[in-house]
Amino acid sequence: MATVKLSFSPAPVHVRTARLVGVAVARRAGVREDLLDEVRLAIGEACTRAVALHRQYGLADPVYVEMSDSGAYTVRVVDRAPIEASIGLAALPPDELAKESLSEDALTTGVGFALLAGFVEDLQVRPVEEGVGTEVRMVWPVRR
Amino acid sequence: MELSLATRTVGEHTVLEVGGEVDVYTAPRLRERLLELIDGGARRVVVDLGRVDFLDSTGLGVLVGALKRLRSAGGSFALVCDKEPLLKIFRITALDQVFPLHPTVDAAISADPTGAGA
Repeated sequence: MATVKLSFSPAPVHVRTARLVGVAVARRAGVREDLLDEVRLAIGEACTRAVALHRQYGLADPVYVEMSDSGAYTVRVVDRAPIEASIGLAALPPDELAKESLSEDALTTGVGFALLAGFVEDLQVRPVEEGVGTEVRMVWPVRR
Repeated sequence: MELSLATRTVGEHTVLEVGGEVDVYTAPRLRERLLELIDGGARRVVVDLGRVDFLDSTGLGVLVGALKRLRSAGGSFALVCDKEPLLKIFRITALDQVFPLHPTVDAAISADPTGAGA
């Protein structure tokens, strides 16, 4: 079992680093080449969401990412924001997306969730076991 | 690859060529450039995503923002994209039903409903 752990201060500039590491570990773990674009996007969306929540709540705590290839390729992205803020967002229907009243932030959040749900077959969003925060857990199959 | 932005004019259309990665870090620069163009009087805007190799929800949010701004100003906004991975992003988010999407800049310009097509 190989595990790579990464934690970064909640700044947009580090999200790219998390994507690059996530895809490198996925490739090494044996995730199919044609899934790597989706892995890259999903890890990026999960980290972007975590960074946005930390900034929204003024949290300086790092965002935590753990990549593990025991069995399948599993990526956990953990934020420390209050739970009620982070669960229960649904994808937006097209007529809502173009509405004037919808803010860019709300749109980005809704679209981010649509991308996660659309690209990750095995996706779980749940409260962390200890303390405050949410874990986005994504699993992709690997070739052995 | 970092974000690259280049503007050119085709008839009455302003074409913004975007390249590289549009994400939570670089999207503010794309937003800024689009606002500059619109504030500078551009009303028929085509954004060419042909050289974009990564686009996330933040970038999509910026594009929707520009679309709304131009629509309310009586202008037009279209995207050029023919890469399947990017098109899939538009389909999954249902934004393919919000943006006019065209395979080439020429197609985007001649399909412009505001009537300034070539």
